[in-house]
Order: sequence, then structure tokens, then C-alpha cells
Amino acid sequence: MAKITASVYTSHVPAIGAALDLGKTQEDYWKPVFAGYDFSKQWMKDNKPDVIFLVYNDHATAFSLDMIPTFAIGTAAEYTPADEGYGARPVPKVKGHPELASHIAQSVIQQDFDLTIVNKMDVDHGLTVPLSLMCGEQDPVKGAWPCPIIPFAVNVVQYPVPSGQRCFNLGQAIRKAIESYDEDIHVHIWGTGGMSHQLQGARAGLINREWDNNWLDLMINDPVACAAVPHIDYVREAGSEGIELVMWLIARGAMSDIQNGKVVGPAPKLAHRFYHVPASNTAVGHAILENA
Amino acid sequence: MALDKPYTDVPGTIIFDAEQSRKGYWLNQFCMSLMKAENRTRFKANERAYLDEWAMTEEQKQAVLARDLNWCMRTGGNIYFLAKIGATDGLSFQQMAGSMTGMTEEEYRNMMLKGGRSVEGNRVIGENGDAQAQNQPQGAAGQQAHAAGKK
Repeated sequence: MAKITASVYTSHVPAIGAALDLGKTQEDYWKPVFAGYDFSKQWMKDNKPDVIFLVYNDHATAFSLDMIPTFAIGTAAEYTPADEGYGARPVPKVKGHPELASHIAQSVIQQDFDLTIVNKMDVDHGLTVPLSLMCGEQDPVKGAWPCPIIPFAVNVVQYPVPSGQRCFNLGQAIRKAIESYDEDIHVHIWGTGGMSHQLQGARAGLINREWDNNWLDLMINDPVACAAVPHIDYVREAGSEGIELVMWLIARGAMSDIQNGKVVGPAPKLAHRFYHVPASNTAVGHAILENA
Repeated sequence: MALDKPYTDVPGTIIFDAEQSRKGYWLNQFCMSLMKAENRTRFKANERAYLDEWAMTEEQKQAVLARDLNWCMRTGGNIYFLAKIGATDGLSFQQMAGSMTGMTEEEYRNMMLKGGRSVEGNRVIGENGDAQAQNQPQGAAGQQAHAAGKK
């Protein structure tokens, strides 16, 4: 049977991608950001998954105002890195896992979460920056990501976005789906976006180090309480774009200490935790949890 | 019955909800068109003519021509869409976000290096933080405006 062995949480700041692509990782500004992922890159090699289920949000790239799915699962064989206005990032194409993705889609919909199934889309920095951070730089043509990836896009652009509770519950459904897949494979589930940032208006540049770290504590140690944090707290305390953090709760809900909305088992092992301000407009947060 | 909108009392913040999205539909769809290189070239060659191909309001077109992102947002724009205009101009997200505060690029960058904008005084409209309406514009521009007002 397939199983989830670990969850990874990370911000997906576009400027991090640009810093990588333009060879700026050794500059004083960027060094501490990338240093926070040195452990993670080694950890990825030591704990190589067979598939990554990658939760992220599309930033008006594949989904314009033509269509705004709340939860969209990619079931394609391949995804192309998008041109977001600067030209596409020079990173490898993303190979999908259509069999497992379709299996998850069917199971999760039968558990009453109405996913949108996507067979054709480009993927933006929300998906490719976490891959670059965790897997290091890859040649766009000769290189490759370490395994197939299932993109799972959450609407956090147009309100109302799904609640933290909804995301947490969805994570549990995704775990059930993965655990009912017959092949013996190891799956990582990644939650990306955040932490505190606001990209608009007179309040642009808001960072709330204290709130971010309290939220991280809660997400790791008391996820049931974390799931109950209402939208308005994210907006008020962590900035209008800090709301992306609800996506981390999908990954947290999929960990094996959670069942029927409650903590029932031993807490996952915190393998790594990192926090840094700033990366462009944003606080960078990162954690790795391993199932016991 | 009115919809529940608990987010209208956050200073310096417009939440992109269904109402804003409806208002900004064509403005945001115009922005999406700039994800194609040939459209970026056509837009840069004659901005007004390119904008006139879209069913945007005159105010939305003026806001784009002025590159006033706060104005664009008031007319229904969303930052992830508006970012395509900035990308077309070769601007980073930090330059775009900073432009909405009245600060210079350097002032904004320095604020971020010092740990970003504090949430203190900026949670609810009516407090006195640096993002409140009475304290705009920010940075040296704001200090000059303030000094001029006192004369």
C-alpha cells in the first residue's frame, strides 16, 4: 500500500526563484535564505519519495478570472513551467503521476470534497520555487526533478478562500485516498505559501514574526487548534497574502497522528524548522515533519 | 441579506472578493493577456491603443497608464493580475509592492531588511500605525507633504 512518510512546509516567494535563476544565491541578501534549506536538500536525497503531492496556489497563471476552482488536482502526465510575464523559469518540466492522481481524485470526491480535475495546465512559481528550494538547481533540459509530482492548486486569490478547517479536513481525506492505493510507494505531501506578507496598498510589507512563529508552533504541535484560526486573523495579523498559510493545513491534516479531526497518535518528528525575514516582501517559513 | 465581510476594517487593504472581482473583470483579464510575449510587445508599442481593445472603464485605463497600482486596485484589480503589468515593465514584486506605499524603492527595501512593517497600529482602521490613511504617503515624500502642510 502507498503511504505518506513526511510532510514539507515552505514559502514559495517568486524572488527566491529569480535569485536562483540569476545566480544570486551567494549574495549577502540571499545567503541566509538558501542556508536554511541546506539541511532540506540533503534530507531530500536521504528520504527520496516516489511521488510528491504538492499543495500550492496558482497566482493568476493557469487560472485567470475565466475559471476559479477552489481545489484543483492535476492528473496530467506533464506540466510546463509558466511564463508569468518575465519569461518561463529555466527549470525542468514537471512530470505528473496520472494513475495516483486519478485515484486520489476519485477517492477524495467520494469523500465529499468536490475537486476540479485538471488535465492541462502550466505551473507557476508557487509549485516550482519549493521544488528548487528542496531539490536544488536543475538544468532545464538535462536535469529532472527527483520524482513525479501531483500538483494540487488551492484558490487563495479570490475571496472567500477555503477555511483552515476545510483544508485540514481535506488533508485527512487525501491521506485516506493515498493509503488506499495498492502500489507500495512513499509519498511526500507538501504545503506551500506564506508566511506573513502583504503585497498591496499602504500596508504592503507587513511582517509579523511573533504571530508567524506562534502559528508554526500551533501548526506543528496543536494542529486541531491551528485549523480553527479564522481567515480574518491571517489577514489582520499576517497580511492579506498571509492567508496562503491555510494550504499548510492540508499537508498537516494528512499526517498519521490525525484521525477524524482529532490527534490520535504520536506527534510527527520535527526534522527541521527555519524562519527568516525578509525575502523580497515576505517572511520565509519552512518545516519538515516525518511520520512516526 | 448582506454577506459577511469581516475584512473591511483592515487599513490599507482591499480584499479581492466577488464584488471586487466583478468590478475588475476586464482590467484583470487585460493583465492576463500580458503573459504572452507578443502581447507585451504590442502593449509597449502603443499602450492606449492596446487598452482600447478591452472593455475596461476609462478610469481603469487611466489607472494602468499612470501605473498607479492603488488606483488599479480600487477599480477592481488584484495584485497577482496587476503584477503582469509590472513584469512587462521589468519591475520586481518588491518594486511593485513598494510603489503602493509612497516610499522610494530604497526606503521600502530598507524597511523590509529591518524586519518589515510592524503590525502595531495597523490591525484596525482608526489606530495610528504607518499604514493608516492619515499617515500617507509614507517615507520622505510623506514627511515633505507633512512639513508643507504645517507651513
